[in-house]
Amino acid sequence: MEPPLTKKERCMLDGECGPGKQQAMEILVALAKIYGAKGMVPVTSAQISGVSYKTIGDAGLEYLEDLAAKGTNIEIPAYLNPIGMDAQGWEEMKVPKDFAEKQLKILNAYTSMGIKPTCTCTPYLIGVRPKVGEHIAWAESSAVVFANSVLGARTNREGGPSALCAAICGVTPKYGMHLEKNRIADLVVDVEVALPDRSDFGVLGAIAGGVARGRVVAFKGIKKADEDKLKYLGAAMAAFGSNSLFFIKGITPEWKVRDGAENITADESEMARMRKTLDECPEEDIITTGCPHASLAEIKEIAGMVRGKKLKKPLWVCVSRAVKEIAAEQGLAEIIEKAGGKLVADTCMVVSPMEEMGYKNTGVNSAKAVKYLPTMCQQRVHFAKLEDLLGFRGGKGAKK
Amino acid sequence: MIVKGRIISGGRARGPVLVTMDPISFLGSVDPKTGIVVESGHSLEGKSVAGRVLVFPRGKGSTVGSYVILQLKKNGVAPVAIINLDAETIIAVGAIISKIPMLDMLEKDPYEIFKDGMMVEVDAVEGEVRF
Repeated sequence: MEPPLTKKERCMLDGECGPGKQQAMEILVALAKIYGAKGMVPVTSAQISGVSYKTIGDAGLEYLEDLAAKGTNIEIPAYLNPIGMDAQGWEEMKVPKDFAEKQLKILNAYTSMGIKPTCTCTPYLIGVRPKVGEHIAWAESSAVVFANSVLGARTNREGGPSALCAAICGVTPKYGMHLEKNRIADLVVDVEVALPDRSDFGVLGAIAGGVARGRVVAFKGIKKADEDKLKYLGAAMAAFGSNSLFFIKGITPEWKVRDGAENITADESEMARMRKTLDECPEEDIITTGCPHASLAEIKEIAGMVRGKKLKKPLWVCVSRAVKEIAAEQGLAEIIEKAGGKLVADTCMVVSPMEEMGYKNTGVNSAKAVKYLPTMCQQRVHFAKLEDLLGFRGGKGAKK
Repeated sequence: MIVKGRIISGGRARGPVLVTMDPISFLGSVDPKTGIVVESGHSLEGKSVAGRVLVFPRGKGSTVGSYVILQLKKNGVAPVAIINLDAETIIAVGAIISKIPMLDMLEKDPYEIFKDGMMVEVDAVEGEVRF
């Protein structure tokens, strides 16, 4: 059954608004059929994945160039996920030239359609903050969880093409997380352990995501959590369990649990077991943090730790360009650079070609990065708290 | 004979059938230059999807698979039509951007009707397969 369409949506489908909008609406209508949506819902923003040359390759590049050549334009504000390199500092990053040229072509195709080259997985850290109940179409899995859970917006886990189509048409099929009836938890996790560090939230997310397998999760027993911690929690849940929504009693704007929901407990021993599973190797060639992209608060904290010290190993702090610029203005970038670290903008350890830069073992404090680095970058992963990776507690990673 | 199905991507095409019970990941499993299935252990390994009415359950793997279908089309080695048991996003998007007619949810089990090499016409305007 074809979903009912508004006059404007019908015009797009019939090709009256150009070939790009027609194709995009054809895709949205097909997705509406597949997922049983009863129509479209207008969205206020789109966030598009499938931007790194490493993930979409020549196939994606050709598609985007074709679409841009048709004169396709977007209807609503749209933002890009990270690319495979720092757009301004790729040579310094030692990214191969051929990769860089193709990556810049992809970026051009997107921007020529009107999409903003924010190149970040954390649009919510650069002012894109939809309100409670607002419908959006975001693709980056960690941003989807954050938008649904922390901001209370409504989005499914879009794919690259479907988010792009939503940007081009201004609507998305209304199913899944756009419907109130689906925003209800089927798994309750009683957290019976303190979570002092951000990486602890990643560990909890890996546990809950693995059990939930896409179901909505409600956490009890978490007393305090700032946005950075919630970011690590959601990113891990999405990576380990394709999750798109969680609730925390007293913290998130929504809380709804189904009668008869499954109940599990996360305690000290469970956390220790998962932490051990995530930590694959004891030593790294490079330390990377900012998965998802680091906030200004995280950068301040890192600057505080490394001020006046010398790192033994390279350090990447992955950030959006917007946050990097603020960090530079505040002198934080300089402190980190003097210690031997780098603020790497537009990209991250997972979507850049790390394996082609000679790295084999990577130290991270993000459970999400643990999930993707082995398969996407052939890295062995050392998972630990950031302060332990930097070594300023035991003095391992730093010279006096 | 006429078998009805649900339209996922419009158009009409005629060609010989190629059947597999295995889901297909176009990224990494089908060579975009030749259309030959290269996934080790796949029931179609070594066979070409070019010019075929490809009958398979659904897609799997990376969403980049959609773009690989477009590459096959541009290289002249894409399937002429696709029939899935139940469509999902990857194949649906790939078929639409490549203008390959595609149906799913046929009223009869496609594995009981279609055999390799059978000539069929996929009409994704009327929503039916004729043979």
